[in-house]
Amino acid sequence: MELNDFIKKFAEQFEETAPEEIQASTEFKSLEEWSSLTSLSILAMVDDEYDVALKGDDIKNAVTVEDLFNKVASKA
Amino acid sequence: MAFFHFRNVRVAGISAGVPANIINNLTAEERISPNYENKDFVATTGVIERRFDAALTTSDLCFKAAKQLISDLGWQLGEIDAIIMVSQSLDFILPATACILQDRLGLSKECYAEDIQLGCSGWTYGVSTVAGLIQNGDIKKALLCCGDARPQYVMSNTGDPLFGHAGTVTAIEYDEGNDGLKCHFGTDGSGYNAIIKPYGGTRNLMSTEQFNIEEIDGKYYNGFQTRMNGMDVFSFGISTAPKSVKKLAEKYSFDFNDYDYFIFHQANLKMNEKIISKLKIDQAKAPMCMSHFGNTSSASIPLTIVSQLKGIADVKETSFICCGFGVGLSWGTIAFKAKDLVISNLIEVNSDEHLL
Repeated sequence: MELNDFIKKFAEQFEETAPEEIQASTEFKSLEEWSSLTSLSILAMVDDEYDVALKGDDIKNAVTVEDLFNKVASKA
Repeated sequence: MAFFHFRNVRVAGISAGVPANIINNLTAEERISPNYENKDFVATTGVIERRFDAALTTSDLCFKAAKQLISDLGWQLGEIDAIIMVSQSLDFILPATACILQDRLGLSKECYAEDIQLGCSGWTYGVSTVAGLIQNGDIKKALLCCGDARPQYVMSNTGDPLFGHAGTVTAIEYDEGNDGLKCHFGTDGSGYNAIIKPYGGTRNLMSTEQFNIEEIDGKYYNGFQTRMNGMDVFSFGISTAPKSVKKLAEKYSFDFNDYDYFIFHQANLKMNEKIISKLKIDQAKAPMCMSHFGNTSSASIPLTIVSQLKGIADVKETSFICCGFGVGLSWGTIAFKAKDLVISNLIEVNSDEHLL
């Protein structure tokens, strides 16, 4: 799996946040639009695209988008 | 491997009781969470409105639904030899609520009665328990009551925005020659704290401290309220439910696409849509009722049939695959065909209609 592709799919889960606001280093839980509802979209996307079942703690412990990418990559 | 094929058993009828009082999540003045708008909550969960009444217990709802179903079926009270109650909001810590229902419904004293403490998987477990009792024909007719309503501690006048109150009744009877029910069950207790009411049992004894309110993800809880790790439960549901359906089909060598309806536990819209898409089934074959009733725990499968399939599944032979999953963690899937199924009209219960 590829980081830029992951970032693009990650950004697609947001409705009000512009895609360019989301980079590898973005601390996604600080985004204004982020909420526990967004996290469900991320879980569903990761399941769809990478066939990986993330745990709640995987999202809680990730700070940046790249952190989450690394977690998904380690489980893929 | 918890696979079962219970023969000579049929689902004869289903009814559901709900509070008459409706709470609308979109027009509610209270914010569901400081972190998102109510409309975003509704878009994700699908729960527009739900039934809630702080004065009604699960048994109040089941009692009225049971009386209606017994009448619609034309069953004699003396023929009903078992009643099982599945709930996590029972009348008392003891005695069993099923014993109270036996008496109040006027069932015989020669009646088997017990409670089963399960949530969203509860209907599938309850059906299998009743089927196991009936399959040899020792008893011929039984009632299964499933649902959740008033919790042990009511903190607001509107309740949790995801959950609705309902009490359902499923009538099951001996039917010689019927192919019956095919079932798959599973359990993963390592996830016991994914959905938990931490106090009020014997692990964490009651103390005044547990009435203190704590904030978790923008919502407020005391020790007697259920809290849920939404992300873990979401991951669990979208992976476990499709697998359980596939395992059942593989074990008994059928194509699940041949079934008329898939009734999934109504967890939340996003989760159910994901389960449906993973199984690649037509959405029209997977009716939902969470938009108007919310997540109703062990009542969700029978309530979906009552509210969405009356006039459809009761007028011709209909095949069902029903899958429940949740607190425990616990899950189950049941496949069966229903012929001459009786579906009662949805029963509304008023605040003053109490069993006790």
